[in-house]
Amino acid sequence: MSATTLPLAARQNALRHMLEIRIAEDKIQEMFMANLVRGTAHLCIGQEACSTGTAAALKPGDTVTCTYRGHGHALAMGMSLRSLMSEMLGKADGCCKGKGGSMHMTDASIGLLGANAIVGAQLPIAVGAALTAQIKKTGAIAVTLFGDGASNIGAFHESLNFAAIMKLPVLFICENNVYGEYSVWSKTTPIENVADRACSYNIPGVIADGQDAEAVYGAVKAAADRARAGEGPSLIELKTYRYKGHSRNDTGPYRPKGELDRWMKRDPIVILKERMISDKQLDQAEFEELQHAAEVAVVEAIDHAKAAPYPSIAELATDIWVD
Amino acid sequence: MPELTYREAVTKALADELRSDPDVIFFGEDVADAGGAFKVTPGLVEEFGPVRVRDTPISEQAILGAALGAAVTGLRPVAELMFADFIPVAMDQIVNQIAKYRYMSGGRLKAPLTVRSAQGGGAGFGTQHSQCAESWLASFPGVKCVSPSTPAEMYGLLRGAIRDDNPVFVLEHKLLYNLKGEVADNAGPIPLGKARIAREGKHVTIVALQVMLHRSLEAAATLAAEGIDAEVIDLRSVQPLDRDTVLASIQKTGRLVVVEESPAGAGWGGDIVSLAADEGIYHLDAPVKRINMGGMLTAYSPPLEDAVIPSAARIADAVRDVMRGYRRV
Repeated sequence: MSATTLPLAARQNALRHMLEIRIAEDKIQEMFMANLVRGTAHLCIGQEACSTGTAAALKPGDTVTCTYRGHGHALAMGMSLRSLMSEMLGKADGCCKGKGGSMHMTDASIGLLGANAIVGAQLPIAVGAALTAQIKKTGAIAVTLFGDGASNIGAFHESLNFAAIMKLPVLFICENNVYGEYSVWSKTTPIENVADRACSYNIPGVIADGQDAEAVYGAVKAAADRARAGEGPSLIELKTYRYKGHSRNDTGPYRPKGELDRWMKRDPIVILKERMISDKQLDQAEFEELQHAAEVAVVEAIDHAKAAPYPSIAELATDIWVD
Repeated sequence: MPELTYREAVTKALADELRSDPDVIFFGEDVADAGGAFKVTPGLVEEFGPVRVRDTPISEQAILGAALGAAVTGLRPVAELMFADFIPVAMDQIVNQIAKYRYMSGGRLKAPLTVRSAQGGGAGFGTQHSQCAESWLASFPGVKCVSPSTPAEMYGLLRGAIRDDNPVFVLEHKLLYNLKGEVADNAGPIPLGKARIAREGKHVTIVALQVMLHRSLEAAATLAAEGIDAEVIDLRSVQPLDRDTVLASIQKTGRLVVVEESPAGAGWGGDIVSLAADEGIYHLDAPVKRINMGGMLTAYSPPLEDAVIPSAARIADAVRDVMRGYRRV
């Protein structure tokens, strides 16, 4: 399948974001391993094309709900590295004032209605955002991203059926990264493709190369156009792979030998970089500059977050109710 | 003043809010074309159209998730869950999503949604269609919960819930749908979280909701003939809890009986007792009594169902007990 081509500025933006996401995730892993931050983190290294390709197809006013593997989506949608890193460290100037953490990156000002720590729970919420778009005729779409594992959760079925019968402008985007936590897709699910499930709801089911940001963009853009035209939801399956384990302490021992290497040969950053080089839009030196700039930005954001103050204890009692 | 049934008060409150605010929408299973399983919402789709008043699939998680998503993006959805017993089907959307969405966003999102649901026993629906939901919903912050007892309360509290910027559950008791009562022509929304003195008295405080409130009033009438003057508090809301009204009443009467239509475990009645023990202890002249379904479930067989749900006679007995003095030996 040939990828839809993005304009130069959008390609540069996607490449820059993929580099920032990759480096940010690496540094987050380091901070966790050094016990600088608590809890857990779910890294999206290897899946950067899914977030950047999707973000490239969105317009202002569109909304996104996603999974706890959501740092990439937040950054691709325009969350600042400072806001993300401060949230990661539980600091007062994080995107959720330190009340969300790694699994709950949220920023309504960029359309990110929340990363969710309950598998599949974000799908019905996107259905509601699409209901608002339909009723208020805003022209916006709602996007919800989830993993292959979530397609086995009841909320998946309820959401697709509900959205399909009401022709709501919502895109259900599955990042099929082969593993639901520690279990391989084929062990938990008797079909090959998540997209095949679309036929139950009489909506399009599309498969795209999740390692290629432009292929992701093309699939999401087509479904978005359809949704904006009032033709209802689509299910998009992005075939992708997470290089790291499910969460902080998982090294992925369940993966067959050689599988990770095979996927890394189709690295999303390398794919876009080489395409831009072959289109004479980039050279190696410029790429290295971009990489360096991303690293500097990530390190600056982490330094900022480390120095930022924690929320005051009084914050415990705020933001629960609207007074 | 015009007289409405409790059922009509729901319909009127919904219609008045749909009429006054274009951001209010209403959806649920069989609420539009069929007018609701309890015939509570007839005529709404005809007046407000199928965009704002919608039937949904039987999908409780999607209904509540959609209400949340619509609320955080600018609508004021009212969702119906046909029976309160179906609330647990969508408990993730309530406990982990609706209640926490504002908090997790650092206060940057709000979810002004209302969920209506029919609850309660005494109608022979069996054990999966007869439960009261207050105690499930009061065990975590972030969701308000009101339980109207009369047509006037129903009308005002439902409108108050829809106008509240927080998520609110409005629990409607099935046995009360045909109850008639006056609702003033100029009645407006009732702000949430304030209890109501349903009967003033000076010897003992009874705290109850809905059918238990009516049975408490019945018990109070019986007790009055025996010279016992009971004050009956219609708690109206278990989240937030009107601590001041309860404490002031205990201070006046020195005695407390709490009546719940639910099993004992982790019930809201325990919160009232705990409040009395903690902040009201020096006002108390007798041990408090909490009556409910104990460790039992609602049964189908009529005599069993009648026996498990507190009756006016049981409430009166509990009051006589606490009136007997400081301690029974």
